Amino acid sequence: MAELDTSGKGGGKGGKVRSKKASTRVDLTAMVDLAFLLITFFIMTTTLAKPKAMDMFMPDKSKKDVQLPVPETRTMTVWLGANDKIEWFVGAPGKSQPTIDNFGKNGIRKTLIEQNKKIEETHQGPDNYMIVVMKPSDHATYKDFVNMIDEINIAGIKSYAVVDITPAEVAQLKKDGNY
Amino acid sequence: MARIKVPRKSTALDMTAMCDVAFLLLTFFILTAKLRQEDPLHVDVPPSTTVQIVPDDNIATLSVGKGKIFFGIEGTDIRRTLLEEMGKKYNMTFTPDEYKKFAVVPTFGVPIAQLKQYLAMDEEARKKLDQPGIPVDTTTNNELTNWIYEARIVTRNLKNQELRFAIKGDAKDEYPAYKKVVDALQRQNINKFSLITTLKAK
Repeated sequence: MAELDTSGKGGGKGGKVRSKKASTRVDLTAMVDLAFLLITFFIMTTTLAKPKAMDMFMPDKSKKDVQLPVPETRTMTVWLGANDKIEWFVGAPGKSQPTIDNFGKNGIRKTLIEQNKKIEETHQGPDNYMIVVMKPSDHATYKDFVNMIDEINIAGIKSYAVVDITPAEVAQLKKDGNY
Repeated sequence: MARIKVPRKSTALDMTAMCDVAFLLLTFFILTAKLRQEDPLHVDVPPSTTVQIVPDDNIATLSVGKGKIFFGIEGTDIRRTLLEEMGKKYNMTFTPDEYKKFAVVPTFGVPIAQLKQYLAMDEEARKKLDQPGIPVDTTTNNELTNWIYEARIVTRNLKNQELRFAIKGDAKDEYPAYKKVVDALQRQNINKFSLITTLKAK
């Protein structure tokens, strides 16, 4: 390996004392070792995968009198039950039987996109977008909640709201075994 | 017959270039490093497809997990002033040493009555301590809302900016725990906040 060369060559015999020419080579192995050790340490301790922030807007509770009239046919109500189960229906509550759905590509995402399309086709513009009313039950996990907002974002739903669930809706969830 | 001598080559390598590269990388990592702070509350963050990253400063994080709420805020100067203000509110006086200690606590979850005791502990003892979380109830004048309120005022006074809030919830936690925090924020008319998530593929 590279090292400091101190063995003077061809010294000693001659009468003249020659000053030794010291080699300028320095053993860098240890230094490189140290450098890589430190690099490893800093790589390990840096958080490369920074956490992501999902923006969330809640309706302003202080302005109670400002309410937009929304036709029931444009709303889709989604209940978040236990065990990652979803129940949803379009329109006024009680008129149609809620459909039980799952998360994932073929679950709620497909539903959201399909229903959104349907509503946009059947309603007159410019305000013909679907409004999703999200009602997480007490047994829904935080993961489901985030997942649902994420699906709404993916499906490109323009408007959604998070609303408290009512006892009647909880009863329905219980009946379907999703609470 | 004369044997052909194989010239012995030196095994010495020129390490200069390698050394240069190594130190260059080292410098880069040292400069970009932000040491991972250990969270007193282990929170398993749910994934989402959002790509927006959490801002580094001017943010308060409310961690929710196992039914406990922890409060964390960035900036040593803000934390220091925040403790002063909270002390005034709860008629508590802190020593300069306690201020100094509080300024380096990124996240905590003890009621203000136990704060002095918590600050007196050393690093190891704090790690072992099972922090009970910041008390929160349905009234408008609970400890969590006061922390939030004072933090906003302090940020506005010191930085002249509106403090942002991020909620770091545990994936397996049930929704009501999260709702409690949102309610505390909403009672102060904070209707926009961020949910901290990790990245997942669509």
